[in-house]
Amino acid sequence: MQAEEEEDTTVEKTLDRLRIGQQGVVTHIGGEGVLHRRMADMGITPGARVMMRRAAPWGDPIQINIRGYELTLRKAEAKNIRVAVEATWPRKRR
Amino acid sequence: MALVGNPNCGKTTLFNQLTGSSQSVGNWPGVTVERKEGMVRGEAVTVVDLPGIYSLSPYTDEEIVARDFILNQRPDVIVNIVDVTNLERNLYLTTQLFLLGRPIVVALNMMDVLEKKGEHIGCKVLQEKLGVPIAPISASKGLGIRRLMDCVHRVAGTGSPNKLEIFTGPVQTALESIERSISSNCAKGDIPPSFAAVKLLEGDPPMERTLGLRRDQLSRIHHWSEEVKTQWGMDCEMAVADQRYRMLCSLCRQVITKRPVVGIPLSERIDRVVTNPYLAFPLFLLVMFAVFGITFGPVGSWMQDTAASWIGAFTKQVQVLLGQWGASSWSIGLLCDGILAGIGSVVSFFPQILLLFFLLSLLEDSGYMARAAFIMDGPLRKIGLTGRAFVPMLMGFGCTVPAALSTRTLDNARDRRTVLWILPFLSCSARMPVYLLFASAFFQRGRVLLIFFLYFLGLLVAILSALLLKKTVKDEQESPFMMEMPPYHLPTLRGIGIHLWDKIKDFAVRAGTILLGATVIIWFLKSFTPALSFTNDSSQSILATIGGILAPFLAPLGFGDWRSAVALLTGLMAKESVVGTLGVLYGATGGSGNSLLLALRSAYTPLSALSFLVFVLLYLPCVAAFSAMTREMRSLKWTLAAAIYQLGMAWTVSFAVYQTGMLLGLG
Repeated sequence: MQAEEEEDTTVEKTLDRLRIGQQGVVTHIGGEGVLHRRMADMGITPGARVMMRRAAPWGDPIQINIRGYELTLRKAEAKNIRVAVEATWPRKRR
Repeated sequence: MALVGNPNCGKTTLFNQLTGSSQSVGNWPGVTVERKEGMVRGEAVTVVDLPGIYSLSPYTDEEIVARDFILNQRPDVIVNIVDVTNLERNLYLTTQLFLLGRPIVVALNMMDVLEKKGEHIGCKVLQEKLGVPIAPISASKGLGIRRLMDCVHRVAGTGSPNKLEIFTGPVQTALESIERSISSNCAKGDIPPSFAAVKLLEGDPPMERTLGLRRDQLSRIHHWSEEVKTQWGMDCEMAVADQRYRMLCSLCRQVITKRPVVGIPLSERIDRVVTNPYLAFPLFLLVMFAVFGITFGPVGSWMQDTAASWIGAFTKQVQVLLGQWGASSWSIGLLCDGILAGIGSVVSFFPQILLLFFLLSLLEDSGYMARAAFIMDGPLRKIGLTGRAFVPMLMGFGCTVPAALSTRTLDNARDRRTVLWILPFLSCSARMPVYLLFASAFFQRGRVLLIFFLYFLGLLVAILSALLLKKTVKDEQESPFMMEMPPYHLPTLRGIGIHLWDKIKDFAVRAGTILLGATVIIWFLKSFTPALSFTNDSSQSILATIGGILAPFLAPLGFGDWRSAVALLTGLMAKESVVGTLGVLYGATGGSGNSLLLALRSAYTPLSALSFLVFVLLYLPCVAAFSAMTREMRSLKWTLAAAIYQLGMAWTVSFAVYQTGMLLGLG
């Protein structure tokens, strides 16, 4: 019997494109000025774990879970953040 | 001592616990940030509640205020309040506070919540690692406060806390070099060099100016920041934050024992309903209708009617008394018709406004407002506003005065200005009596439609004005929307009570000065002839003369008679006055009897009535609202521009309505 393979696909996406429930690790933060500083202060730094919680009824802004708390931000702001999506799904056994 | 901490960490609750009612609320000079100060109960210690901040960056008013206070005023002790349910991010600020050179006590708040979650925090370990006293407290339950104050006393007079080992590698090298380079500047300005160095590496124009750095120093800093960027792979702001968070991450791991999460937390479960894509907006409307229904529906109007009748009775008594004492008729007039009547109509409104504030505070403290801002941000951004702007806008439909005051919760000056700009167009409830009067006279059958049309028109003009402002004024940056979504929690009545008391005081002062002044002036203008003799016949008064001068300007709008002009002028004092004035001027006092309706029917046509109502909808708000707006706008230029814009808009739209109607043969 084949050993169960874990498909460890790490795709990099910008935060605004994460689907609900997807988790990942921040790899790069863009933006400038106040926005960039604000993101750093709020804990969005390379290596931080982030999870896409939900989107507002009209699609924008979005709510993410980062460093254990809930943060909302606009998609335009989230676009600056690159995330390595961790999608670990065990492959079905043959 | 100074209280410093993140927003939502329970700082205000602690402040209330410490000071009770001895607190005073004001403003930090030059900014619209609230300043709260008080005395600790039973001790000779002053507490200053600094604004909630996430970090000491030099970008928002709150951060600047907090930073300057600590550096310049040198509080004896900094009490850093940390929300233990969110330790990592809260301690981020702590690491920065350590560099400011003042004694620190860290208060771990919300210990009760942590216990309920079944988690445990190793206070002794934390105390060892940080090197400062740690006081676990629960501000809402009032636990641990004594121990906190003991720590404060112990620590006062000692030096600054030991340096934390945060920075390594290229960042550390850069910081050390920068520190050396600026040591003399720091000594001169009396600023802790380690703090200055970190800020300069991150990028901090105000700090550069304070230290008076020379060009070679600036270029050296720039050189070091480039070094860090190449070696660490990210810009300095991020590098510094990254190193801090790395250290905090490992610290927290050593200090907190978490329990594996079982089930979904309550807040999240509530949010699944509240921010559900389909339910969110209907629920939001429901909540808003509930708030407005309570305030302006049966409960509220009962309050207003009761207040109005008390004031009426009181005025009558005064009138009788003065008559018995043989006071001159003009003084009776001044006191009763002028002051009491004028202020009375506004004061009778006041209990409702308080009720509105109370309900909205309840929503804010429970955490719902954050969700509402989240939901409404999408649509509001399209017209150049931000999600948080919906609160003032909603309140504006009730009364413009508290709405203007509540714009303080918006941290961006541009957002504040935009909301204040459009606020008067949202039909306040004081205009209702005017609409109803004319509806009774001319639009009996289409009454609901008429009122709906007027409200809608007001909203439309507001939206267009917001868009106009967005397109024409391209100045400051939009401030980031990033907002923490705090967990829901039960609001404490005590905190709200203190808030309400401040609002009452504010209103009393406002009513006592501006309103009083305006009332007296208008009374004077309507009770004296141009020859300055007292008269009871308003048609001979100065006000009538002024009305006569203004009337021709109103002619193209369909109501170019002096009575309309005078009514509109008195409407500047309080919108309901329009009804009263018309009654007086047409000699039809004593309730809204048929005589007034008949008089109106002969003075206006349905079309000119409509155009009049549109003018009432759009022109300047009442004096109280205008003064509130002026204060929040903080700029004479903008206030005047707003006034001119409103008058212009009122005239134009009214003109359009009337002339179009005439063209269509409806006149």
